[in-house]
Amino acid sequence: MITVLLPGPLRGEAGGASRLTVAATGTLRAVLDELDGAWPRLGRRIRDERGELRRYVNVYVDGEDCRHAGGLDTPVGDGAEVQVLPSVAGG
Amino acid sequence: MATLLAIGTGKGLFLATSTDRRAWEVTGPHFPMTGVYAVAIDKRAGRPRLLAGMTSSHFGPSVATSDDLGASWQEPDRAPVAFPTDTGASLGRVWQLAPAGADQPAVVWAGAEPSALFRSDDGGRSFQLVRALWDHPHRESWGAGFGGQAIHSVLPHPGDPARMAVAMSTGGVYRTEDAGASWTPGNTGIRAYFLPDEWPEFGQCVHKIARDAGNPDRLYAQNHHGVYRSDDDGRTWSSIAAGLPSDFGFPTVAHPSRPGTVYVFPLVADGQRFPVDHRCRVYRSTDAGDKWEPLSVGLPEGPFYPSVLRDAMCADDADPAGVYFGTRSGEVYASPDEGDSWSLVAAHLPDVLCVRAAEV
Repeated sequence: MITVLLPGPLRGEAGGASRLTVAATGTLRAVLDELDGAWPRLGRRIRDERGELRRYVNVYVDGEDCRHAGGLDTPVGDGAEVQVLPSVAGG
Repeated sequence: MATLLAIGTGKGLFLATSTDRRAWEVTGPHFPMTGVYAVAIDKRAGRPRLLAGMTSSHFGPSVATSDDLGASWQEPDRAPVAFPTDTGASLGRVWQLAPAGADQPAVVWAGAEPSALFRSDDGGRSFQLVRALWDHPHRESWGAGFGGQAIHSVLPHPGDPARMAVAMSTGGVYRTEDAGASWTPGNTGIRAYFLPDEWPEFGQCVHKIARDAGNPDRLYAQNHHGVYRSDDDGRTWSSIAAGLPSDFGFPTVAHPSRPGTVYVFPLVADGQRFPVDHRCRVYRSTDAGDKWEPLSVGLPEGPFYPSVLRDAMCADDADPAGVYFGTRSGEVYASPDEGDSWSLVAAHLPDVLCVRAAEV
């Protein structure tokens, strides 16, 4: 199982939960796909309709920024922790 | 009867209500920290539905609707406006939400960035890409202004659901006469001084178009320098800028019921985007642009520097008509008497991106 940690602004799209549990493993894409199926409004705030991570959303897999790893192909093993955080952006 | 004024800003939607269009109660922000570039008040189905197109810099764009004047909002689980996978595109933001004519009460149009038109057949809950315009061979040559490449104006034809005009920056005006199955540019007579060929078939930077209340084949255009009128539903255009102090600006608004009456907010020039003479003045023509008069009663008298963006001026549907505009410095002004006099609705809001008003 994978634990997904959500930031405050996105919890309303997941029934108020700060953390979710996902069965999918393998890649970050598979984890986000499962999230998208269960919580589509959450999913589309993290990725656009092409399936790409939104520019100012950061996702960490066990503490490592996925953009510095394999992107959406970053390996996610059983027991991993995926954290979604908005980047420091905006005016 | 109350008037609702919806104010889209860079950091959310504010809603102002009034019974006399002079004293206003303002609530908000709805959708805080999102840029609300598009808002509509759709009264066709027997109830006022608010539609808001908002974009979070972090979490992307969406469209929400409210059937209780903003007390609650509904947003579908799946993205209401999204590009099909095969296009390889993703929605930047919704720039325009335009209900169709009264004979199509469930149809709502959305103008989008990148330049695309979407159609809803369920009152704005879900939209589908208009393929023929997306597949137009000109699309690869459409450019982007500073605000991004977008369709910002959508004008259904009130007497013929098969006809419509849209405008984009840059690209210009495009028209359909077959319900969107095919599109032709309608820019003859509009100058593009920023191109080597100043009179191209397309590529103009049209800032906003509006349709005359009495003659549906009469359109007005505020261009990136140039104010124009078309008397043939957007096929050809002629200048109506001679009586204005400047031909630069962003919005143009047609009176909701009085033929030939149109409003603009002139700025000095492309390189001087300040109100002319640094004075806050709306200009009105009552003869379709032959003559113009400045309107400033009740507006600030001292030096005034903010500009008014393309969708930040509108009229309501009352008689006499109310006229409204908001500034990039977060001030909103209302006129209950067609522009003759003005008063402040709100100040110190975030930058105003769009306004729409109606009796509710």
